[in-house]
Amino acid sequence: MNFLDLIWLIPLFPAAGFIINGLFGKRMPKAAVGVIASGAVLLAFIFAAGAVYQLSQLPEHERSHVVTVYEWINAGSITAATGEPARFLVNWAFLLDPLSSVMVLVVTGIGFLIHVYSTGYMWEEDGFYRFFAYLNLFMFSMLTLVLGANYVMMFIGWEGVGLCSYLLIGYYFLKKSAGDAAKKAFIVNRVGDWGLATGILLIFVNFGSMDFVTVGEVIREGVAAGTYQMSQPIFIAIALALFVGATGKSAQIPLFVWLPDAMEGPTPVSALIHAATMVTAGVYMVARSNWIYQLAPEAMAVIAIVGALTALFAASIALVQNDIKRVLAYSTVSQLGYMFLALGVGSFVGGVFHLMTHAFFKALLFLGSGSVIHAMHHEQDMRKMGALSKKIPITFYTMAIGTLAIAGIPGLAGFFSKDEILWQAFSSEHGHPALWLIGAIVAGMTSFYMFRLLFMTFFGESHVDHHTEAHIHESPKRMTVPLMVLAAGSILAGYIGLPKWLGPNYFEHWLEPVFEPLKFAGAAAADHAEHSASLEIGMAGVSVAIAIVGLLVAYAAYYKKSNLPERVATQFRGLYTALANKWYVDELYDAVFVNRAKDLGRGLWRFDGKVVDGAVNGTAFSTVQSALGSSWWDRWIVDGLVRLAGGFIKTLSWPIRLSETGYTQNYALVMVLGVLVFVGYVLWGTF
Amino acid sequence: MVPIHHFLFLGAALFTIGVIGVLTRKNIMVILMSIELMMNAVNINLIAFSAHLGQTAGQIFAIFVITVAAAEAAVGLGIVIAMFRNKETMNINEIDLMKW
Repeated sequence: MNFLDLIWLIPLFPAAGFIINGLFGKRMPKAAVGVIASGAVLLAFIFAAGAVYQLSQLPEHERSHVVTVYEWINAGSITAATGEPARFLVNWAFLLDPLSSVMVLVVTGIGFLIHVYSTGYMWEEDGFYRFFAYLNLFMFSMLTLVLGANYVMMFIGWEGVGLCSYLLIGYYFLKKSAGDAAKKAFIVNRVGDWGLATGILLIFVNFGSMDFVTVGEVIREGVAAGTYQMSQPIFIAIALALFVGATGKSAQIPLFVWLPDAMEGPTPVSALIHAATMVTAGVYMVARSNWIYQLAPEAMAVIAIVGALTALFAASIALVQNDIKRVLAYSTVSQLGYMFLALGVGSFVGGVFHLMTHAFFKALLFLGSGSVIHAMHHEQDMRKMGALSKKIPITFYTMAIGTLAIAGIPGLAGFFSKDEILWQAFSSEHGHPALWLIGAIVAGMTSFYMFRLLFMTFFGESHVDHHTEAHIHESPKRMTVPLMVLAAGSILAGYIGLPKWLGPNYFEHWLEPVFEPLKFAGAAAADHAEHSASLEIGMAGVSVAIAIVGLLVAYAAYYKKSNLPERVATQFRGLYTALANKWYVDELYDAVFVNRAKDLGRGLWRFDGKVVDGAVNGTAFSTVQSALGSSWWDRWIVDGLVRLAGGFIKTLSWPIRLSETGYTQNYALVMVLGVLVFVGYVLWGTF
Repeated sequence: MVPIHHFLFLGAALFTIGVIGVLTRKNIMVILMSIELMMNAVNINLIAFSAHLGQTAGQIFAIFVITVAAAEAAVGLGIVIAMFRNKETMNINEIDLMKW
């Protein structure tokens, strides 16, 4: 079977699952709903794996396969900035190249595991079928996003995942907080989508196409011919506009506020959408547009700084959160910051690599926390947990692996990807030691808050109340098996991208055709300054040391029974309060944007009430008044004239009227008399 | 041979009775019958003169009058019935729509 030409089927499997479950799921048994939803994703995974395998068999420079299903939009023609005539042409087309194959495998593979897990986790919930219909719709949108061959297809997927995110955050829609969180996610994303849409239109106007392949070629040729230079304003503008889109979807400063609130959704949703796949769409999009970013080093700097600051900022908040899912949510924001740091320093491979490894261990951690929450009967506060390691051992061991991986302990996936990012932040031509320093500090903070989570949840004394304590149980196989698979992935996924001093980097080699550096006219291929391997090893050693320090601090503060956390909290009361309140960002946004919007709304309401309604009411009043005047005129003047005419005729006619008695016999008498008169007159002449 | 003035007197008498009936009676049916009386008085005159002058035109005219009278009776009775249905009366004085 030629899977390469069947990639258009990959998004259609979950779409079919969505339609079946959405329309008939309510009347189907739960098992059937679960099998259809998971089976659809499994089919998509099999087709994706087949296609990626066949792609890898092609020669390196041919690994970009476009399948056009049909021409979708063909409208309007302009003269693009390149001087060529261009049509607004959008094909329903799919692109499989090394980058999208990484994404499609992550999305379908981890997506499938999470679907299986959800059949266990959501079994008792109302609207089981609704959940899986949404989840399948999400898979369809996400696959359209990563497989779409042009910016418009990507935008459709982008908006589709936003919709599904909204629907799934608001899954428990009877809870006001869930509805609010869903709205917040949707509205904040609108701001970002504005940027993305602007960027796409700028791309079309400037390059005359929105196909990834064509735009890439136009830029490459333009650069080779010398028409495009480094730091041309248009590239900076497009790069920044697209990045605004990325900050929305991938929860970067300043638009990250929706992601922590998104934890109102069911935990598998947090794992799939708000950790592993959807939130990485921004990373994918920036990596996909890498030729534009290569020409806009200023925008790259912005991305690197925003990414680093987001990583630091979110990690600092995660230090003091007590809700198990919120810790993971801020951790996700922080790790996404890492990815953008990597993109910003020009290491697209590093960003995508961390995206992939992060998908494994963050999905694992979220699903693990879901398993804990499941065991604890929907208790999410870590202060009410403790000593769970013996009671739910599989969850504990898998989560421990996830924690080790995210903390960057050598040998696990997170170490390789995080180390790659830190090394690039330090050594790349776009890098800076300060960026490395922030990254390293964040690594330590990550290690601290993750081990804090692990120790508070699984070790120490039990703070579980007796009623719940009796019911704690390990989750069913459907939940634990995905955990184990993800744990294996969290260990092994890193080995495809080993650092240079350790072995071959297959991952970088695989992605090379996509991230090929631009060749400038007349310039020799830029050769990167070679850093010594010993420096790289030394840097890795430093970051591992920092991670271990974080671990030890967490150990001292939370594993051993100590009052260290309280002491520190008292010592730095101001800082602690600020962190616990998430740096008051929500309050700031409320004050600056939300309440101003509400004020504007209230002002407009008042304007409506007073001015618009006043105008309407005034019009009504004056209409009534003028109608009264008009009616007086009608009644007295117009009617009066008519009556006058009538009365005039009536008065004049009264003598004649009297003859009209209405008695038939009177008329007959007149007739007879008239005849007599005539006869008399005739006879008179005779005699 | 009866002299002609006998017939003329009879016709004049019948016609006068008819005119008086039309002018004085209040019942529409009676008025219609009075009109018939007047037409038959005219017929007698026509026949009488026809016989007297030895011409047939008078007789033909009489037959013509009878025919027209039959049609007139049909239309007149139809009007009377329609009127009765509307007004529930046969009194000519109550039918005074043309009054000023």
